[in-house]
Amino acid sequence: MPALQQLEQAYAASKKDKAFLAELEMLQKTYIGRPTPLYFAQRLTAELGGAKVYLKREDLAHTGAHKINNAIGQALLAKKMGKKRLIAETGAGQHGVATATGAALTGLECEIYMGSDDVARQSLNVFRMKLLGAIVHEVTIGSKTLKDAINEGLRDWTTNVRTTHYVMGTVFGPHPFPVMVRDFQAVIGKEARKQIQAAEGKLPEYLIACVGGGSNAMGLFHAFIHDGVKMVGVEAGGRGIAPGDHAARFAGGSIGVLQGTKSYLLQDDDGNVLGTHSVSAGLDYAAVGPEHAFLRDSGRVQYAYATDDEALAAFEQLSRTEGIIPALESSHALAEAVKLAPKLSKDEIIVVNLSGRGDKDVQHVARIRGVEL
Amino acid sequence: MKSRIARKFQALRKEGKKAFIPYIMAGDPDIKRTGELVKVLEDCGADIIELGVPFSDPLADGPTIQAAAQRALGGGTTLHTVLEFVSTLRNSTQIPIILMTYYNPVFKYGDEKFIEDALSAGVDGIIVPDLPPDEAEGLIRLSRKKPFDTIFLLAPTSTEERMQKVCHASRGFIYYVSITGITGTALSLDPFIGSHMAQIRKISDTPIAVGFGISTPEEAATVAGIADGVIVGSAIVKRTNGPDEELRQYLLSLRAAIA
Repeated sequence: MPALQQLEQAYAASKKDKAFLAELEMLQKTYIGRPTPLYFAQRLTAELGGAKVYLKREDLAHTGAHKINNAIGQALLAKKMGKKRLIAETGAGQHGVATATGAALTGLECEIYMGSDDVARQSLNVFRMKLLGAIVHEVTIGSKTLKDAINEGLRDWTTNVRTTHYVMGTVFGPHPFPVMVRDFQAVIGKEARKQIQAAEGKLPEYLIACVGGGSNAMGLFHAFIHDGVKMVGVEAGGRGIAPGDHAARFAGGSIGVLQGTKSYLLQDDDGNVLGTHSVSAGLDYAAVGPEHAFLRDSGRVQYAYATDDEALAAFEQLSRTEGIIPALESSHALAEAVKLAPKLSKDEIIVVNLSGRGDKDVQHVARIRGVEL
Repeated sequence: MKSRIARKFQALRKEGKKAFIPYIMAGDPDIKRTGELVKVLEDCGADIIELGVPFSDPLADGPTIQAAAQRALGGGTTLHTVLEFVSTLRNSTQIPIILMTYYNPVFKYGDEKFIEDALSAGVDGIIVPDLPPDEAEGLIRLSRKKPFDTIFLLAPTSTEERMQKVCHASRGFIYYVSITGITGTALSLDPFIGSHMAQIRKISDTPIAVGFGISTPEEAATVAGIADGVIVGSAIVKRTNGPDEELRQYLLSLRAAIA
């Protein structure tokens, strides 16, 4: 608790600290490469034959995903708080890479926790983290995926709280993490809002983003929350909505408390957390950020899911039509756009958050498709 | 009405003795074994028993108790099973029993129904390491004026404000975590533990028990010198599936050290 209160105070102070904000903005511009483009996917739009599809190109941010927005923010904050060491959990490895990058940039030590199943399917990112100077701990207990990586990260933080900052990678965990991570990601929506107005002279009809913990979705949605824009969060439907086969918390979960957060959770009748499955390591998680739970219950955001097969089809479709290989996580958002766009008229607009690039997934997809590399 | 826990500490204080509080995981590997272990613990001089409720994500626990929880879950033990177990146990023993559980099983069970069922089963209190008093208003309110203690944790990093809050919310005893860390970590007593204890005692006269990382009789003796009770968990859990005679020897050595 004292660590969380200290973090809350430091974060509140940083929001008013002009030097801190100036440094963050400078790094967003010169290091991360912001603003990321908003790209009109013309050939995909033509193939779908309905609404215009725009892609917010977070895949072009440094390290290849939106995760860097949050990791750099928290790394600067940790440095300011006098912490010597960063730790983080990672699923797909993008947040681990982003945190290792932030640590290298700020000169802090870095250790990453990653489930052993994810280490196997995202080996490229494991090596990237090591190149960046991080120590990667393979978590072999429990689910062997993101959930248990978070457990181990929190255990480490409890032990080394005096010297260490825990860089939560998504809009989850105890306060202030969900708010702080959202704020660091909100730059996505702020830019997209300006960009779509410049391109089309109006706001879009729809925003679509994939939701694991839900940081890229909160990042895109936040700037539009008070507008009439419809929003869809897309969860991982895995092999279908049966216990253990998916990670669609809104479709198959109920309210619970896990890792310091009350939200929708995949659990059994006794309150034990259920296993999950998704083709995408970044969405393979039993709980969802609490603000998403609020947005869902208030009716402001709709939540859908895409199955593994639908996501893989969208992965291949975007690669073929636009020359962009998307992350498997982002492919879930694309799969929803593929379903939705044909039902809309040609003057309507969908903005999809292309939260990451798919280089990390190429080997995994090859394995699934039976291609030997 | 005072709980069995409060009455036990009162009696010990009168005799100038300290409480020995062993922890075991319920249902590891099955609930029948837990019944045998309770008897062993009581025979070896336990004053209060802390009974772990297995949970899929035991955040505050190290590898030993994580593994025990997985074995217990594998054997089908749930919060319901544990309550039934305590209820049956009350036919043979009146030793104070505390459940150590994470919050989600209780939340899923329902705060109100949980307190009701736990009380009627004969449970005396609860420790929920992932529920700070700030978030425990329901459990605190529902158990007030009942012989059921809500026990909260203080850590070496706790501020004065936190101490006030935890002391105010805790009944039965205050759980002082000896280290910054998880259960089963090697003990390195924080140099401030003595002054922290003094600070807590100024705020409250509720007994203080210290746990996390205590494994040798020497460590138990040191902690007994400054606290009202000593909690030993992982070091016992490591021995609960081995020969009973070794476990007994070990428990007796701890008991002798906690004077």
